[in-house]
Amino acid sequence: MTTLAIPLPSRPVHPSGVWGWLTTVDHKRIGILYGVTAFIMFMTGGLEALYMRAQLSVPNNDLVSPDVFNQLFTMHGTTMIFLAIMPMGAAFFNYLIPLQIGARDVAFPRLNAFSYWTFLAGAIMLTSSWFLGGAPNAGWFGYSPLTGEAYNPGHGIDFWILSLQILGIASLAAAFNFIVTIVNMRAPGMSLMRMPLFTWMTLITSFLLILAFPVITVALIELMFDRFFGTNFFVPGAGASPVLWQHLFWIFGHPEVYILILPAMGIISEVVPTFTRKPIFGYPVMVLSGVIIGFMGWMVWSHHMFTVGLGPVANSVFAITTMAIAVPTGVKIFNWMGTMWKGSIDLRTPMLFAIGFIFMFIIGGLSGVMHSSAASDAQQQDTYFVVAHIHYVLFGGSIMALASGIYYWFPKMTGRMMNEGLGKLNFWLVFIGMNMTFFPMHFLGLDGMPRRIYTYDPEMGWNTWNALSSTGAAFLALGVLVFAVNLVRSARNGEEAGADPWDGRTLEWSIPSPPPEYNFAQIPTVHDRDPFWAQKREGVRAVPVAGGSGGDDEHSIHLPQPSYWPLLSSVGLLIGAYGLMYATSSLVALSVAVIGVSITMVSIYAWSFEPVNEPDGASEH
Amino acid sequence: MAHAPAIAHGAEHEDTTTGLNHRKLLMWAFLGSDCMFFGTLLGTYLVYQGKSKVGPFPEDVFSIPVTSTSTFVLLMSSMSMVLAYAALTRGSMKGFRIWLFSTAILGMTFLAFQVFEFREFANHEVHFECSTPLSELTEYEKTFVSQCTDASVVVEEQHGLTPRTNLFGTTFLTLTGFHGAHVTLGVVWLLSLFFYSFKGGVRPETNLDVDLAALYWHFVDVVWIVIFTVVYLFGVFPGI
Repeated sequence: MTTLAIPLPSRPVHPSGVWGWLTTVDHKRIGILYGVTAFIMFMTGGLEALYMRAQLSVPNNDLVSPDVFNQLFTMHGTTMIFLAIMPMGAAFFNYLIPLQIGARDVAFPRLNAFSYWTFLAGAIMLTSSWFLGGAPNAGWFGYSPLTGEAYNPGHGIDFWILSLQILGIASLAAAFNFIVTIVNMRAPGMSLMRMPLFTWMTLITSFLLILAFPVITVALIELMFDRFFGTNFFVPGAGASPVLWQHLFWIFGHPEVYILILPAMGIISEVVPTFTRKPIFGYPVMVLSGVIIGFMGWMVWSHHMFTVGLGPVANSVFAITTMAIAVPTGVKIFNWMGTMWKGSIDLRTPMLFAIGFIFMFIIGGLSGVMHSSAASDAQQQDTYFVVAHIHYVLFGGSIMALASGIYYWFPKMTGRMMNEGLGKLNFWLVFIGMNMTFFPMHFLGLDGMPRRIYTYDPEMGWNTWNALSSTGAAFLALGVLVFAVNLVRSARNGEEAGADPWDGRTLEWSIPSPPPEYNFAQIPTVHDRDPFWAQKREGVRAVPVAGGSGGDDEHSIHLPQPSYWPLLSSVGLLIGAYGLMYATSSLVALSVAVIGVSITMVSIYAWSFEPVNEPDGASEH
Repeated sequence: MAHAPAIAHGAEHEDTTTGLNHRKLLMWAFLGSDCMFFGTLLGTYLVYQGKSKVGPFPEDVFSIPVTSTSTFVLLMSSMSMVLAYAALTRGSMKGFRIWLFSTAILGMTFLAFQVFEFREFANHEVHFECSTPLSELTEYEKTFVSQCTDASVVVEEQHGLTPRTNLFGTTFLTLTGFHGAHVTLGVVWLLSLFFYSFKGGVRPETNLDVDLAALYWHFVDVVWIVIFTVVYLFGVFPGI
């Protein structure tokens, strides 16, 4: 590798240091970028949550003002969903999918880089709202007409709209990429029904993404036009229906829930078999239930709107579909338990988190089934009971699974093990902390405490549970801190992991840790559902196949070259979005918007004329 | 499951799991996604159909002969796109360039129609003679009947349709505006291919580049057929 960074416009050839990261198209590096950014945003969102818990720890508290409290819960929800859980899932997609299917990179490496930089642009945009006149304050689902210009002047909602649009572009680009990668780049012999379950869930998630995000894109465009150009989409005075936003948001929003949980289920389906030394129980049913969840996720959105007054027929239909979607979810839970049944269970940290996931997700699932009854939901709507439910499925579910995945694949990514002692401490702090924080919310909700209130009177009878919940949040924060310390310490001087520390089953464990830039020196041929496991047990040798490469000689493997254009396209989007924010009132801002969009357009144009590899063979290494 | 044979160098055949090129698969996935985009815009239009509190309404501004003509132009552009691709695969660069350029011109003609239409709508005038029987007036015109002091009066007022006017203006102009933006992008794409072909960038062996543009172009055409039917035809002839 040369250490030469050639300035624009010539293409970077093996740049090192910061330039290397800025221009990288390597899916593994992009995965790490996604992961680190998502972890930072997770801590930001956590800080917002801690502020809220501190405010609610005692009655009539005045730590934060009502207005700031509105901003806190809006930003907490938006940050955790769009900037922490989704990109953490994307980090795993990026790092693992090519490794699990036996490929050297994703189908569109530069598009992949573009996805990350655009995600970062959206994250910067949304978070900067705190410092630029106030964060959005209408809740993560931003119901109209509360988000309209008349009720919400100022730029908070504009930040929310534009950053979600940018994040949508990033998610769409990534999802297209993974669909093509998974469908089209599998190693010889890896039929669909031999794919690892994590890859399967990624495929389903990607389809949900490309079909759900256009809906929220249009809804946000409509809201943006209302606010910027005075159109009437959500103006009740002009005859508009406030329910339209709710429908559009939840047609996106419910598939989004599965976008958050399916990757988590995929991770658990990898971890549980490895740590029980058994193949997954009922693989075809696991695939099918994932597909059914992905399909039925589109038929339940109005259960978020039971109290809107859609009528008994609509409520009944959506209650039934909601109850029905619990079936494939339950099937998955039983299959994980079936996998553990009579297995030799190894209670290392990844497995602890996986078991924690199963327990917590069952609790969240049960309160979800309670909500599916429209009559019962009318009592729970807008109370802390719903807050308890969402945190059991998203924290107890998604976050626990993502933590399990980090402990599981960290050795593959860095070549070092994570500290087991700190890992166990991390697990128990998080497990106890989360139950202490979120379980009392069930009681608070049933006791009538509304969500999104900034304080309450001492006579309401909510003091004890709130105090307990806030104490739990401190444990939770401590747990996350231990996690962060463990990550940094283990990355520096963790124990050497070797290629296959867990006796893994899938292809990623058959290559060195961390994997070489080209992943597989020889593209493997797959004969089994758990190819590496079978190879180890039956001594089946991977048959070298001269795939897209020149064969065994690693010096002749063509890798996609780094490029500036994805980064520049995203920078242009960010500049354009900031300009657009003030464009209706300032000519300078309008020209900034035009400059930003022009940078993006020129970059995309240059990018489409840039070959994946320069023909002179500069990409060989 | 059949796999593409692995060919080390200079593979003519697509070396992918499905045998389908990556970019083509990407385009199909994108078009599926774009269906949801237009579906949501059209859904919004339909939800608000007939909900506008003030005019003008669809039957006041739509001119079916004019829009039928522009629809015909866009349909013809799909045909010339097919001919361009056929010429390229045949190896006739001349035929390719002629038909590709025609496609772009037809696309621009459609856009010109749309600009004309939007301008007409924005400058819409209420114009009727008070001697006209009430049954021949549109719902919107009837709201101006109070100005008829006697039968010889001619009511003449300018009440244009803009995105701010009413729900119809908001939803109609956003829907068709985004379609127009798609056509504009398509025209830029086609013209880029046209000029690139003079630099040797488009050759019969690389016809995939043209194939992808053609897929996009046909999709945008199909979307317009839906918009024309649902918005224009059903808007003016609600009986069908």
